[in-house]
Amino acid sequence: MTLKIIASQCTSCSACEPECPNVAISEKNGTFVIDPKKCTECLGHFDEPQCAAVCPVDNTCVIDNSYPRYQPPA
Amino acid sequence: MDASVQHDQATIPDGDKLSSVMQTIAEHKGCGTSGGSGKASCGSGAGENDLPPEIWEKVKNHPCYSEEAHHHYARMHVAVAPACNIQCNYCNRKYDCANESRPGVVSEKLSPEQAAKKVLAVASTIPQMTVLGIAGPGDPLANPEKTFKTFELIARTAPDIKLCLSTNGLALPDHVDTIAGFNVDHVTITINMVDPEIGAKIYPWVFWKHKRYTGVEAAKLLTDRQLQGLEMLTERGILCKVNSVMIPGVNDKHLVEVNKAVKSRGAFLHNIMPLISSPEHGTVFGLTGQRGPTAQELKALQDECEGEMNMMRHCRQCRADAVGLLGEDRSAEFTTDKIMAMEVNYDIDSRKAYQEAVESERVAKVVARQEELASLAGQSSDIKLLVAVATKGSGLINEHFGHAKEFQVYELSTAGAKFVGHRRVDLYCQGGYGDEDSLETVIRAINDCHAVFVAKIGGCPKSDLQAAGIEPVDQFAHEFIEKSAIAWFKSYLDKVNSGEIEHIVRGDAEIRQGALTSAA
Repeated sequence: MTLKIIASQCTSCSACEPECPNVAISEKNGTFVIDPKKCTECLGHFDEPQCAAVCPVDNTCVIDNSYPRYQPPA
Repeated sequence: MDASVQHDQATIPDGDKLSSVMQTIAEHKGCGTSGGSGKASCGSGAGENDLPPEIWEKVKNHPCYSEEAHHHYARMHVAVAPACNIQCNYCNRKYDCANESRPGVVSEKLSPEQAAKKVLAVASTIPQMTVLGIAGPGDPLANPEKTFKTFELIARTAPDIKLCLSTNGLALPDHVDTIAGFNVDHVTITINMVDPEIGAKIYPWVFWKHKRYTGVEAAKLLTDRQLQGLEMLTERGILCKVNSVMIPGVNDKHLVEVNKAVKSRGAFLHNIMPLISSPEHGTVFGLTGQRGPTAQELKALQDECEGEMNMMRHCRQCRADAVGLLGEDRSAEFTTDKIMAMEVNYDIDSRKAYQEAVESERVAKVVARQEELASLAGQSSDIKLLVAVATKGSGLINEHFGHAKEFQVYELSTAGAKFVGHRRVDLYCQGGYGDEDSLETVIRAINDCHAVFVAKIGGCPKSDLQAAGIEPVDQFAHEFIEKSAIAWFKSYLDKVNSGEIEHIVRGDAEIRQGALTSAA
C-alpha cells in the first residue's frame, strides 16, 4: 500500500512535501500528489506517515488500498 | 547556502551596546509605571519622548509596533509561507475567500522571487511602505527556506525596508541565529497561554521532530518552545511583540498571566486581539459556537495588562497578503499578474524624500496635540469617555462617515486623548444611497462612544446617530484627531459643569465577526 492525497481536500499548503523521507510528494495541477512507486508509508523511517501527521486537513493523506502493502527490504 | 552567507556577513551588535539596549528595554515599563503625567497615550502609542532613542529608532516607522506610526506608514505581507506546523482551533486552513480578512488566510501564494518583485512594485508605488512582514498564511518558520530566501532577495534590492516575521514559536529556537543574521529586528510570537491545560483547549495538535503531538503534551511542548524562543530573541536585542487571541471562557483571565510571563522575558509589546469566530469560517471555535469578546471586555483586559507593559490596540488582524496602511488593504492592486507586468523602478531617494515629508506632518500633529493639551491643564474631572473617528490616515479627521470602513476609538479624559482601539464596520454608504441595516451595524460597533468625528455626514445618519445618543461632530473636518478631540472634550466638560447637559455612561459595543462583505 501507499498513501494518497485526496485532491478535493488538499489546501496546497505544501507542508507534506519537505517532510516525505522518500521525496515522493510533488505539486501537480495546483494540489500535491504522492508517487506510489516511491511511497513507503514511512516504514523504517518514522513511527507514522509524515504527510498525514503534518497535514492540516484530517483524512486527506490516507492509505490507498488499490496498491499492495509496501514490503520493507529485508 | 545563501542564507548562511548572509548570516556570516551580518553585523551583530557588540556585547556592550547590546546589553545597554536590553537594559533600556527593561527599564522602559510603559506608562503604567511612569505615571499619568498627561501624556496623550502610552504603550504602543508611545511617542518620541516616551521611549529610549534606540527603541524609538526601531519602531518610529513600523506601523505594527507604534500606534503613532500606524497613521503614517504602511506595511505589506507576502504570502510565501503556506505550510504550518501546528493546528489552532480558531484557524481553518481550507477557508479562502476574497472577502475575508483574517490572519492566516490568503488567496495567492507567492514564490520568493515573485514576492521580491511584489515588494519592489509596492514600495515604488507606496513610498510610505516601510515594513515587509512574512506572516503565513501558515508559519514562516515552518517554511524556512522560502521565508529566508525572500528576506535575502529583499535585503539585497531594497535595503531600506524593515523585515519582520510573525510565528507561532514552535520552530523559533532553531532559527534565532538566522533571524538575527538577516537583521530582522521585529519578531511577533503568538502566545495564547503559558498553561498547557489551557493550551490543550486551543491547540488540537503540533507537529515536531517528525511526530504529531496532541493534548496537554502538545501544548507543553509549544509553550516551552515559545518562551525559549522569546528569551533567545530578546537576548539578541531583537524587539518582540507577543500576540494573544482573547477567547472568553478559555484564556481570557489567563492572559494576565501570559502578559506577566512574556514581559519578564523581555517582550516589548503585547497585542491582545479578539477571537474572530463564526460558523461560516468552519473553524473548531466557529462550529462549537465559541463567542468572541465584546469591545468593553477586550478593552478591560487590555487596560488591566497595560500597567505591566506596552499594549498594542491598533492591530487590524490583517491578511497574510495585506498591503497598505493598517485598516486599508490595497492587495487587489498588486496581484501576481499585475506585478509581473509592472516596470519597477526602485528609487530609494524619492522614497526617503517622501518619508521626510511624512515626518514633518507627524511633528506638526504632535505639536498641535500638546498645545491643545496645555489648555486642559487645571481642569479636573473624573469623566472618561470614548469617541469614534473616521480617518483615512495621517492623524487627521479626513473620512466621510458613509465611506468609513472602520472607526478609530479614542478615550478622552483630563489626561488627554488616548487611542484605545478601532472598530471595523461595513461600508455604510455605497454609491450615494444609504443602507439602513448598515447604519445599524455602525451604531452597534460604536455604541459605547459619546461622539463620532467625521469629515462629512449626511442628514439622515446624523439624526439616527443623535437618536442613538451618539453626537455626530463634523466641525473639525480635516483637522488633527487628538487636538480636535481634546477641544471637543473641553467644551463637553464645560457643558456638563454648567448643567447644560448631563454626563451619561454609555453601554457596550459589538466587535465585528463577519467578513468584509462590501466591495472596497
